[in-house]
Amino acid sequence: MIQVQNLSKRYGDHLAVDDITFTCRPGTVTGFLGPNGAGKSTTLRMLTSLTIPTSGSATIGGHRYSDIPNPGAQIGVLLDASAQHNGRTGREVLTIAAQTMGLDRKRVDEMLDLVGLSPKEAKRRVGNYSLGMRQRLGIASSLLADPQVLILDEPANGLDPAGIHWMRQLLRHYADRGGTVLLSSHLLHEIEVIADEIIVIGNGQIVAQGSKDELLAGAGTFVRALEPDELARALSVAGIHVTPATADGFSTDADPADVGKAAAAAGVALVELRPGDRAGLEDLFLQLTAGNQRDALAPAPAPGFGPAVQQGGQA
Amino acid sequence: MTAVAPEVGIDLNRPRVPFTRLVGVELRKLADTRAGKWLLGAIAAISVLVMVIMLWVVLANDISVSFKDFLIAMSVPMGVLLPVLGVLSVTSEWSQRTALVTFTLEPHRGRVLAAKVAVGLVVALFAVIVAAIAAAFGNVIAGAASDATVWNVNLLELLGFYAMQALGILMGLTFGALLLSSPAAIVVYFAWAFVIPTIFQVAAAFIGWFEDLLPWIDFATAQTPLFDGGWTGEKWAQLLVSGTIWLIIPFIIGARRVLRSEIK
Ligand SMILES: Nc1ncnc2c1ncn2[C@@H]1O[C@H](COP(=O)(O)OP(=O)(O)OP(=O)(O)O)[C@@H](O)[C@H]1O
Ligand SMILES: [Mg+2]
Repeated sequence: MIQVQNLSKRYGDHLAVDDITFTCRPGTVTGFLGPNGAGKSTTLRMLTSLTIPTSGSATIGGHRYSDIPNPGAQIGVLLDASAQHNGRTGREVLTIAAQTMGLDRKRVDEMLDLVGLSPKEAKRRVGNYSLGMRQRLGIASSLLADPQVLILDEPANGLDPAGIHWMRQLLRHYADRGGTVLLSSHLLHEIEVIADEIIVIGNGQIVAQGSKDELLAGAGTFVRALEPDELARALSVAGIHVTPATADGFSTDADPADVGKAAAAAGVALVELRPGDRAGLEDLFLQLTAGNQRDALAPAPAPGFGPAVQQGGQA
Repeated sequence: MTAVAPEVGIDLNRPRVPFTRLVGVELRKLADTRAGKWLLGAIAAISVLVMVIMLWVVLANDISVSFKDFLIAMSVPMGVLLPVLGVLSVTSEWSQRTALVTFTLEPHRGRVLAAKVAVGLVVALFAVIVAAIAAAFGNVIAGAASDATVWNVNLLELLGFYAMQALGILMGLTFGALLLSSPAAIVVYFAWAFVIPTIFQVAAAFIGWFEDLLPWIDFATAQTPLFDGGWTGEKWAQLLVSGTIWLIIPFIIGARRVLRSEIK
């Protein structure tokens, strides 16, 4: 439904978006993950015809956004929740959008209700809103026309954990009805909670994309044994590099099956063996973007710690 | 939950946002902020205030006045406030960053700009009607006191008066579109409207050829026949030339800027 093909954007001599290609299918929530300045917002602005691409194409349902008549009525867009007139009330902001799209005014109340803004809060000026309230108002605005496609830039920014879970339910519901959802974030845990498909972008390039499960599997294995020293030796013999993760546990980029086999062959009793956990995925994100990161956030890999990910469908 | 529903494609056959609706939305956006409410309110209030002050002076000094005198007095504050309204209708989209939403809901920015122009023409009409009512009211009272009520403005002149106010608001819109910043556009507009003419006058007094040139580049003076009459072919040409220099060309440049600038 959303198709981005060899899309690039150059500002002077800086390539903000560098030849990216991806597709978001109906029925899925796609997370667009990348560190600050990676090119997420630029991509979403090109998708909504606000920024002209240097080359490549970005289409929705096969059409350029600007070719779609009354696009707001078919595509819900939230690019920046703080881009609202501070002097307008929340209700007025939604009323203007509804009027432009030609929607029934009762949708305004329905959406205020849906995003949890009380009638009293809706009468307040947006300038007095908290970040989370602005975000909810922006989400309400994007949902006004009950669109089939949602494009949201950092929608979870400023939401509390309950808000993030609420949004996950909401977007899940949209996707289950056949909707296409694309949302960006620079926070892994938000994407992890909300999305099924993940596209990771760093320095304008896609560094990994695939389903969340695939990318999670790429995070390797966590293993714990009664005698950790013996386990370390056994794995080392099997050619599996490990890093200590807890007092008696290790993480490794090898498959759980290989780790289990090596431990069994050496007769080491395991206490725990599972795919890499959240920290593993965090590692993945940092590793994937480290090479592209201006601040080189990720620490230098420990000796013997191999490349983070082999799979993940390099684009 | 439920099975995944079949995808419904994007429909290209839906009607686009009708222009009248865009105008309605822009009109609403002008009136629903504090600045907009104050400016619109001030335009009405100051017209009434001008009428009251004039009446006071006229009655106290036993001077005779006409409908036209009232209108001329009211056009001074309007000439200040209407351009500011024009500026803000464009620049607030940038300073408050609402352009992001406006141009997402209507990606054809030219249509939005055209709607803003239409709203400017409507607001100028509102201002002229308020001024005309206040002026008529003042004229009736002044006339009753002096036994002679002078209605010396015909429909064509009233139309000319409207055209002057409309040009004022369009100049504001143009400066707004050129600079895309409220304070910059307001300052530059007032410099253009009140400082430059003085400099031109001084220059004309010293430089002979500039004195001949001045009527062709002085947009404000070129507009005076709109209300005072006395049209000649040359006066029309001067209005056209000065209007092209100060309104049409800058508007085209400003419109291109609005159409092409990246919205963030
Ligand atoms: N008009 C511009 N001129 C020059 N560089 C620009 C311009 N707009 C964006 N950039 C650069 O493009 C890169 C991508 O910016 P973008 O806003 O898309 O990042 P992002 O992924 O949305 O980051 P964040 O998570 O901070 O929102 C940045 O390096 C930014 O400095
Ligand atoms: Mg961004």
